[in-house]
Order: sequence, then C-alpha cells, then structure tokens
Amino acid sequence: MADNNKDYILNISDRRPTGKYITPILKGLGYTLKNFFSKPITIKYPTERREVRDRWRGLHRLKVDDQGKLKCVACGLCAKICPPKAITIVPYEEPGGTRYPKEFVIDELRCIFCGFCQEACPKDAIELTKVYDFVDYQRKDFIFDIEKLKTPEKFIFNGK
Amino acid sequence: MLEYMTILIIKTLVAFAVSLLIVAYSTWIERKVLGHVQLRHGPRRVGFHGLLQPIADGVKGFFKEELIPDNADKPLFLLAPIISIAAAVTLIVVVPFGGKVHLFGREISLYLTDLDVSVLLVLGISTLGAYGGILGGWSSGNKYGVIGGLRGTAMMISYELSMALAVIAVIMVSGSMSLVDIVNSQAGMWNIVKQPFAFILFLICGLAEINRTPFDMPEAEAELACGFNVEYSAMKFALFFMAEYCHMFVFAALVTTLFLGGWHGPIVDGPHWFFLKSFLIIFFCVWERSTFPRLRYDQIMAFGWKIMLPFGLLNILLTGLWLLVF
Repeated sequence: MADNNKDYILNISDRRPTGKYITPILKGLGYTLKNFFSKPITIKYPTERREVRDRWRGLHRLKVDDQGKLKCVACGLCAKICPPKAITIVPYEEPGGTRYPKEFVIDELRCIFCGFCQEACPKDAIELTKVYDFVDYQRKDFIFDIEKLKTPEKFIFNGK
Repeated sequence: MLEYMTILIIKTLVAFAVSLLIVAYSTWIERKVLGHVQLRHGPRRVGFHGLLQPIADGVKGFFKEELIPDNADKPLFLLAPIISIAAAVTLIVVVPFGGKVHLFGREISLYLTDLDVSVLLVLGISTLGAYGGILGGWSSGNKYGVIGGLRGTAMMISYELSMALAVIAVIMVSGSMSLVDIVNSQAGMWNIVKQPFAFILFLICGLAEINRTPFDMPEAEAELACGFNVEYSAMKFALFFMAEYCHMFVFAALVTTLFLGGWHGPIVDGPHWFFLKSFLIIFFCVWERSTFPRLRYDQIMAFGWKIMLPFGLLNILLTGLWLLVF
C-alpha cells in the first residue's frame, strides 16, 4: 500500500544536487561577460526613439488647406462612427453655405485610436499622426480642441 | 602628540571619506554593470552616465517618510540598522590602503591602525554585523523579516567558519595576523599562488558573508519579499543598504590584502594597486550576481557544512604539511 504512494512523497535524496557544476558556472560567467561587452539593445528613450511604422495610429491632426483653413466641413461622420464617442463637433454654417466646425473636441483619454475617423472622413480632413507619447498632469489637458489638434507634434514627450 | 593626533584625525577623515565614496559608487557600479550584462544601459539620467545617481539616492533617502510598524519592537527596530552600519564601517579601520609614504617631510602610513590581530578583528566584527540583520528582522514584527534574519544568521555563522579556515591557511603561510605584515610578506609572490584553494574558499565564503546573490538568503526577494529589511523605509533602509555595500568593499579589500598582494604591484607599489584590485573584486561580485541564481536554503547549508568546511580543514592540513616539509 505504501509503495503506491511512494512517487508522491518528497524524498530528500531526490532533492540532492546531481550533475556537473563547475563547467556550467564558468560558461555562465563567460556568457554574462560577453553580454557586458556587447552593445545594449535598449535605446535612450526620450532623446533617442524607435521609428514607428507609417501606418501608426497616434494623436489626431486636423488638416488645413493652402489658405490655412480647416479642411473639415463638420459633417459629423467621424463623430458618428467613433466607437467610444470621443469626438464632439459643434458645426457652424456661414450664410454663403460654407460649413466648418465651431468646436471640434477629441477626448484623447476616451479615444481608442482605431482610425475609423480618418477612414470615414470624406474630405481627408483628419488623420492619425505618429505621435504616441503625449503626457500631461490632468484629465482636462487631454481634451483636445481645434488649436491643439492642429499641431499634434507639440505634444511629443521631450523628457521634461 | 598634537602632531600625531592631527595626522590621525586627518587620516581617519580621508580614509572614511574615500571608503564611503567607494561604497556609494559601488551601487552605481552595480547598477551599471548589471544593466550592461542584461543588454541595458543602466542609470544615465542623473549626471553624465548617471554618475550623480548615488547622491540623488542619498538625498531621496533623507527626505522620504520614516515608517515604524505598530507591532515593531521600537528600540531594537531603531538599533538594528545602526549595528549593521557600525559593524561594517568599523572594518575600514584595519584596511591597509597602502604602505608608508613621505608627505611634507613626515613618514605617513596609509592605514589607520596596524593591529597585531587585525584578522581576528575583521572576522569578529563582520559577524557582529549579522546582529543588525537578525535584530532588524525580528523587531519589525513581520514573519518575512524573522525568517530572513534567521536564515541569514544561520548561513553567516556556517560560512564564517569556513572563511576563518581559509584565513588560517593564509596566516600560516604569512606567519602573522596583522594585515600589514601579511601584505608585506607577499612582496615577492602573492598568496593566490601559494594558496589557490584558500583563495577560492575565501571568495565563496566571502560572497556568503556579504549576502551576495548565490547566497542572498536574508533578502531572497522572490521568497521573502526582501527579508529582514522588509519593514524598513527611508534612511534606515539606506543604512542597511550602505552596510551591505560597505561589507562588499571591505570584502574586496580583504581579498586584495590576503591574496592579491595588497598595495604591491608591478612598476610602482602604492594605493593605486590596492584600489585597482579592490575594484576588480567588486566587479567580480557584481558579475557573479548577474550570472548565478539563488541556491535553495538546504543546498546552501549542505554546501557550507559538507563541502566548504572539510575542504578548508584539508587545506590547512596540506598547508601544514607543506610548511613542515619545505
């Protein structure tokens, strides 16, 4: 009966060290020394950064045309398709019939960076840039209005 | 008398300043070397390549909040880091940095004292430092602290024995227990050539003595959540930390003194050889830390009592025979 359970009893002789020790230790020391003299694979992040792909979906930019006017016509398609409903648009129509957004607010904390707004836009007025490391201290600082959305490059983290 | 006192005070200040600077910067060496071994950069934000990092850490230690747990034994809890750091720093007294030099027309020895029994002093006081660990762990009212302190003490006592045996072989070869005499006896040939086994023994036991990684039982991050210093914060933690690195420096100095010829070296003898060799030993300590995983507690005890102790006794026996025959 006792023999059946033998495999499950922790036998002290099973825990005794076996095998070679000296050569693996020296090999390990050699390996770490080799690593010590090779170039680190990490980068010095804020000053040096990895190149992201062209299709990277980062902070939004509202594009402007040659005259410096917003391309956006406040059609509201982006706000409609936005899955987390991060975009709020208040449209404004001039008497001549030109529409443009009076307010265009993106809550960057709600945004999931899916890029649907860019795909939905008929006027190619919004795009996702490669800016991925925007930081700030308060939640209200992440609610981006038109002025902030025009220049997303200003929000790249510089290590300060 | 006044002149003697002045020289002594200046020597003490300089020796302690230099030693504590080395202690502070060995933390930088540790982080930097560990980083590069793991293909990282290590600290580099504070100062040039992170060279001001130890100072920043010290400032942080001073300004952080000191916490004392409710069920801690307060007097012992406060005493433990002091014992730890005092025992570690006291050892600097007998470290021979260099021989005698002539400065301003006087002969000045580059060590604080030359006791006849400095080897015994080192062995005794370095074990006294274990009290800091166990009292700290015990008084903090934390089970991890108690286990860490107990394990660390048991391990240090076991390895202290083998370490002493390794040192006895060196004393037999050198014929003196004064560290300065031991260094002087190695002027021609270093003890590492005469006593290679004692060197290996001393190196391994020393690593156990200073709680470095293959033997870091009292801390054992993964099992004991940092062990004996788990409840310590701010400057009290920093004192434990400093004690550990101070022990590392003293260990490096001892290996240099006992086996690597101290301040003797090719071309010009002097403290620069002492510091170079000590630095290499400190580098070794970090290097092996980055290489070895922690051993299990029973493996460590078995290794200490069943391998290191007989090995040390055998080494003494062989040394005695060798001295008898030649």
